[in-house]
Amino acid sequence: MGKTLAEKILSLKSHGEAKAGDVVIADVDLAFVQDTTGPLTIRQFKESGFEALAKPQQTIIFLDHAAPSPAQQLSNDHILLRCFAGETGCRIYEVGEGICHQLIAEQFANPGDVILGSDSHTVTAGALGAFATGMGSSDIAVALALGKTWFRVPESFLIELKGVFLRGVYAKDLILYLIGQIGADGANYKALEFGGEALAQMTMPQRLTIANMAVEAGAKVGLFPGDEITRDFLMEHGRGDNYKPLYPDAEANYEQVILVNLDQLEPMLSLPHAVDNVRPVTRVKGVKIQQAFIGTCTNGRLEDLAVAAEILKGKKRHPGTRLLIAPASRQVLIRAIEKGYIQILIEAGAAILPPGCAACLGLHQGVLGDGEVCLSTANRNFKGRMGNPEAMVYLASPATAAASAIKGEITDPRDLM
Amino acid sequence: MVKMPDLVLKGKAIKLGDNISTDDIIPGRFAHLRSNLPELARHVLEDAVPGFASRVKLSDFLVAGKNFGLGSSREHAPVVIKMSGVGAILAKSAARIFFRNAINQGLPVLLCDTDKIGDGDELEINLTGGMIANLTSGITLNCSKMPPIMSAILEEGGLIPYIQKHKGFVIIS
Ligand code: SF4
Repeated sequence: MGKTLAEKILSLKSHGEAKAGDVVIADVDLAFVQDTTGPLTIRQFKESGFEALAKPQQTIIFLDHAAPSPAQQLSNDHILLRCFAGETGCRIYEVGEGICHQLIAEQFANPGDVILGSDSHTVTAGALGAFATGMGSSDIAVALALGKTWFRVPESFLIELKGVFLRGVYAKDLILYLIGQIGADGANYKALEFGGEALAQMTMPQRLTIANMAVEAGAKVGLFPGDEITRDFLMEHGRGDNYKPLYPDAEANYEQVILVNLDQLEPMLSLPHAVDNVRPVTRVKGVKIQQAFIGTCTNGRLEDLAVAAEILKGKKRHPGTRLLIAPASRQVLIRAIEKGYIQILIEAGAAILPPGCAACLGLHQGVLGDGEVCLSTANRNFKGRMGNPEAMVYLASPATAAASAIKGEITDPRDLM
Repeated sequence: MVKMPDLVLKGKAIKLGDNISTDDIIPGRFAHLRSNLPELARHVLEDAVPGFASRVKLSDFLVAGKNFGLGSSREHAPVVIKMSGVGAILAKSAARIFFRNAINQGLPVLLCDTDKIGDGDELEINLTGGMIANLTSGITLNCSKMPPIMSAILEEGGLIPYIQKHKGFVIIS
């Protein structure tokens, strides 16, 4: 029998033959925490009597969720995390460096790696062919100490992609469409594996947006093969030597195959309060928005800011709509300044936030008021997600967010292109 | 071998709907309380079930629909549910990370057809056998089995005690 990508990676990392349904103990190449889940992880690590990290250089702390901290308790959590880094010799990324998942993609993830993070969107690194998944504090505390974890090897869904995106349609629209099809629990405990002829044209930023949201269909991982696009991305980021080709076997066994023709897609939206509540933008046009937010680990990359700048160039945000933009990392911000995007966005009326999670999780930098509506490029719109259970969050691509910020209402980006 | 202290749990059902997210259980706006668990626990489920923290009784069961616990990896979610006194969670299905986190905290999650349980029903749960007796309706429900490694972690009362005892993971086939 041939192997899926998930079976291949877990076979390698468990030093055996891993088949879907098996339980294996696998080596962990990289483990990380962020500032809202890290403190509990550290307390559990210490209470368990662990002292040393299995792999200090492959253990990372990111200060990105409350960055800079808006409250004294969170500032104290940051102190705890910094002290732990000092004591154990692990790496730490300070306030302003960017979102954990973006930094993992820029600097660490390689095809075939096993990566654990105490954050559900750890799946983002699946874009580079890493078996990357989110876990809670106990599991991460144990992985930090042992350098190992256990997995039930997931069954895989093959998502076979054909065609090319039409103008105004992006990777975000594809993944929203797919989540609408699969449902928020349709891939629970499974791996989503992306394949098909469209991958040859699909850039790493697009793959990152797609893999990032695999968890919104319940999936354990969202995996792309390690191909030439992966190799080029690794070379650009100074770790070309880490590239190895990674493809599923031709006779791999998939639980389901879902075919999507990219040129049949249109701009999509996810409506409050569920990510799988998906409709085409054309059917929701005209809903007034008080805030547009472009950023997050889903859509805060250079390519996303480029699209937003293209649409907002020479235009102004609607007077009734705030426009918040948070680049996903310091590198993204620097490149966006060099390319002139930041100037265009500021002239269009945007407030630029520091690299980090910003308004995404509702604890600072753009908390919504009662009855307000936000169009966000993030990955979640659960009730209360942006800090207020009385507010509404719609999810869409950066193009849809930029176009809607100009009009002050949900707008099809193709109308402004 | 020491088994779980409570092989049989008894309590009342508190019914919830489908897709209760980790943002419902403990919203992000309380992130500043995450290092103060007793304070955080006072807000458990407050947006989804107003007044929940004061209403829940020791050993009550949360009885939910599908995809319980979807969303974030915050282990604070099962921690505060357990701190509120809930004895077990019953659901049609549970999101992956939440399921693993709850078991790691020694909080049982049983997957079964929860349509057969009404709000306020008296339940008796046999954890070892994976059976639920609905004492109010007289119906018995079977729960789906979890991987043996998870049952072993639950039996030890959570992942940390499990690791302290075994010094690592042990695969049982
Ligand atoms: S940007 Fe949002 S979804 Fe991504 S890691 Fe930060 S809080 Fe989580």
